[in-house]
Order: sequence, then structure tokens, then C-alpha cells
Amino acid sequence: MKKIIETFELTKYYGKHLGIKDINLSVHEGEIFGFIGSNGAGKSTTIRTLLGLINASSGKAEIFDKEISKNKEYILSHIGYMPSESNFYGDMRVGEVIKYSSQLRKLNCDEEAKKLVDRFELDAKKKISELSLGNRKKVNIVCAMQHKPKLYIFDEPTSGLDPLMQREFWDLVKERNKEGATVFLSSHILSEVQHYCHRAAIISNGSLVMTSAISEIIKSMAKRIVITGISSDFYVEGIKNLKVNGDVASFLYSGDINMILRELSKTEVKDLIITEPDLDEIFMYYYERSETR
Amino acid sequence: MRVFFRELKSGFKSFSIWTLSIAFFVAIVMLMFPEMSGNMNALDESFANMGGFTDAFGLDVLKMTTAMGFYGIESGNIVGIGTAMYAALLGINSLAKEEGKHTAEFLISHPIKRSKIVTEKLSAVFFQIILMNLVIIGVAILSFQIIGEEIQMDQFLKLHLATFFMNIQLAAISFMISAFLKGGGAGIGLGLALSMYFLGIIANITDMAKDLKYITPFKYAEAAQIFSENKLLWDLIGIGMTVSIICILIAYWKFTRKDIAI
Repeated sequence: MKKIIETFELTKYYGKHLGIKDINLSVHEGEIFGFIGSNGAGKSTTIRTLLGLINASSGKAEIFDKEISKNKEYILSHIGYMPSESNFYGDMRVGEVIKYSSQLRKLNCDEEAKKLVDRFELDAKKKISELSLGNRKKVNIVCAMQHKPKLYIFDEPTSGLDPLMQREFWDLVKERNKEGATVFLSSHILSEVQHYCHRAAIISNGSLVMTSAISEIIKSMAKRIVITGISSDFYVEGIKNLKVNGDVASFLYSGDINMILRELSKTEVKDLIITEPDLDEIFMYYYERSETR
Repeated sequence: MRVFFRELKSGFKSFSIWTLSIAFFVAIVMLMFPEMSGNMNALDESFANMGGFTDAFGLDVLKMTTAMGFYGIESGNIVGIGTAMYAALLGINSLAKEEGKHTAEFLISHPIKRSKIVTEKLSAVFFQIILMNLVIIGVAILSFQIIGEEIQMDQFLKLHLATFFMNIQLAAISFMISAFLKGGGAGIGLGLALSMYFLGIIANITDMAKDLKYITPFKYAEAAQIFSENKLLWDLIGIGMTVSIICILIAYWKFTRKDIAI
């Protein structure tokens, strides 16, 4: 499958302070790729290095098979970027910012811009300085999407948006993805990554912890097991995160499931639930593992 | 040219205030001349014998009793210091304000070469300096006509040409500093303009500090020297313009490589 983004040992130091280290990442054409990490983990540093806003200390990044440091204008002309914080010129009006963005691209996007402004219920005549965080975010959505690029890079795209607008945003992302666009987005809202992304990578302390398909990540993980009607001395080798509340025990288990069943056969169990953990639990699991390394 | 026009539009209010204020004071001072000139014979003599103070402002050369002399002392100082401060402010804010106001990420994530951003922003700085000087020259000429005094155009234009070069030099130095900053540097810009102004005064007072003339652009934009010798100090202007070109090249070099602060 064609790679749209590929990084090779991408490393960035801010003076002596580590931003990211040896990031090897590839995003394939047509996928929605989630980039998960806590605040300060290195998500924005990776994105800003990809866009050429900051220079890599070592390693390199390629987008559309071209190295970013040498082909910045070509690459940026095919990207729609939404930063985590939406800052515009305070003296401009919404419509002026959107127009300025298309003019900087030497494109006329009036028609698509109008559709997006209506869809996100923006007032084009309002001054930027009068907008709430959520509305500034919407202006950013229009600026990033009005020219229908091949690649979208979103840094925490839904922060500040109300739930209705979040849904509208994701609908739009899915539409563009269906039309063939590739999407690379960072988030710490794991449910949206789980829901909308095909693959994801987890970054912690500047290093990639893992990269995989969302379904694979969830499958490869321990199961969440909840048992009702358990004796207080219940224990099986290898269980994690055990929480006992009365006769209800909840824990993560990645070993042989028969061990659990054998143990349970000795007692009168009222109920047994085995589920896949959600991405939050997986995230915490990988984080704890990477912290203890 | 989008960035260029954006710069002009966003700076229009500030440009208008500075330009009209300087022009207003030039006009007021010149309109006061007819009333003051009758009482200034004695003043001229006193001013010419005030030692360091006289040297500092060239009061032994410029005659307050003539319209040109009065213009050189009063308006020359207002125009000199006023335009210098605004030129330095323009230069220092030009690149740094994008990072200071967190708009750099928006601008630089568009497909526009950073060198083009520098070119358009620098052009906007120079355009505003040119326009400001033209407005002030126009108002000064009009003031001379209103009070019915003859303007010695040759000297007058030389003074304003030198002032323009001085503005360009201060703007270029500030512009270079701006490329290194990650936020507003208005204080640095104004500090630079005022320091250069005072260095010019110190260079006039004592021979020990005469080499300061190679540092401060105020020295070649001095009405006393230009009006008395009716020539421009091209050697100093040449040094000043060389410094300006070097500063501009450094600004290009830095801004096209720097990590943009968010």
C-alpha cells in the first residue's frame, strides 16, 4: 500500500530537552491514522516536524514520497492542517481569514468555503477576536478543508467543539476519507480514535510505544473479566488491576482462559462477563509498560 | 503579494497615528515660526554660546531666525526621532509579531516560502517608511507655503533623503533582531532608536566619541551638517546601507531556518 507519510528515526531536541526520539511511522494512503499520547508526549512536535514548522535534529520525514525539508511548498499545498490551538489575526473577520487562507494557496475555494461555513454554522462577518474557542476551531476546520487536499493533519481536532459539532466534524472527515483522502490526527480522546481510526500509534515520552490496527490492538490485549458471586480468596496467577467490590471482582487477564474457568468451577458463580478492554485501558497499559522500561 | 497587503492593512491604524502625529507637530512648529522669529535674535546668540549643548544640536550652525534654520532644529528633531522610532517599531514587529501573537503556525503551514514571507514583510516595512516620509515632506512644504517663507529645496530634500536612509538603517537592524525574537520586541526597537539618537548627540559633544558617527545613523541625518555644507555624508550613508544589507541577509538566513515558536 502506498505510504503517504513516512518517518525515519525522526528525532527532535529542543536544546537539551527531548521532544521526540527515533520515530518510525508510516501512514498509508486512504487510512485514518490516530496518534495517541498524553500532553507533552511528543504528538505536536511530530506533527510540526512533519509540516516543517520546526526542523528535525536527526532522521527525516517524507510526505507524498518527498522529503519535507526540501519540498515544503509542494507538500503543504496538498495538506489541510488544523493545529491544536486556533490562533488567527484578531483584527480580521471570519470570512477574511478563510479567504486569506485560500489566497495564500493561490486557489479560489469560495464555493466549498461557503458550504463549510454553513455546515458549521459560522458567521462569516464576525470578528475573530469575538469568537469563542469552539468557533475559532470551526474557522480552522474550514481553512484546513476548503481546498479538499489529499492529506489532512489534525492536532487534537475536536478539543473545544461541542458534541454536535464534533459529530459534524467526524462525518465530514469520513466523507473526505471516502473520497480518497488520508487523515493523520493526534488525540488523547481514545474513544474517538477507537471509533474513527483504522490504525493508531501510541507515543510516550517522545518515543513510539506501539503502532497497529485498532482491531489488532484491542484483540492482542488482555480481556476485562467481571465475575459476580466470588469468594474473597479468589486469585489466579497473572491477573492485573483487580478490583473487588462485595462479591464482584473485576480484573484484566491475558493468560490461559481455562485457568480462570477451572478456578471458577470450584465456586458458585452468579454471573461472568468477558469483554475486550476499551482503548483507555490499553493506553494506560502501554503507558505503564513504557514508564517502567 | 498577499502578505504584503495584509501587513499594510493590519498596520494602517498605527501608520496613520505615527505619520499624522509627526506631520501635525511639524506643521504646528512651522506655523509658530512667524510669531517666534521676531523674538529670536537674542536667542540665536545665546544658543550659539551654550558649549556642549550648542554642539549637541548644532545650534552654532543653524540660525533659529531663518525659516530653514528653524526647520532644521525644531522639525528636524521631531522628524528625525519620530520617524526613527516608528521605523524601528515597524522592523522589530514585522516578523516577531507572528510568533508573539501565535499566528505563525497559521501562516507558515500554508504553501508559501519563508523567504517570500520575509520579502513581502520587508517590502511592507519599506513601503510604509517611504509613504510616511512623503507625507511628512508634503506637510512640511505646505507649512512653508502657508507662512510665506522660501524653502531651500536642495538642502531640504537632502535632509529628508538622509532621514529616509536613517529610517531604512534602523528598520533593517530591527528587522534582523525581529527574525531572532519569539515575540514582541517593541521595547528593543524603541530602545535602539533612542540609543542611536543619544549616541549622535554624544558624538557631537566630545571629540573622544567622534567615532560613534560610524555607528549611529543620526550622524549623517543631521540638519546642521547638511544645511551648512549642503552635501550628504555619502561615506557614512554607504556604511549605513552596507550594515542594512547585511542585517537583511541575516534576517533571511535566520527566518528561513528557525524553529517557529507556537
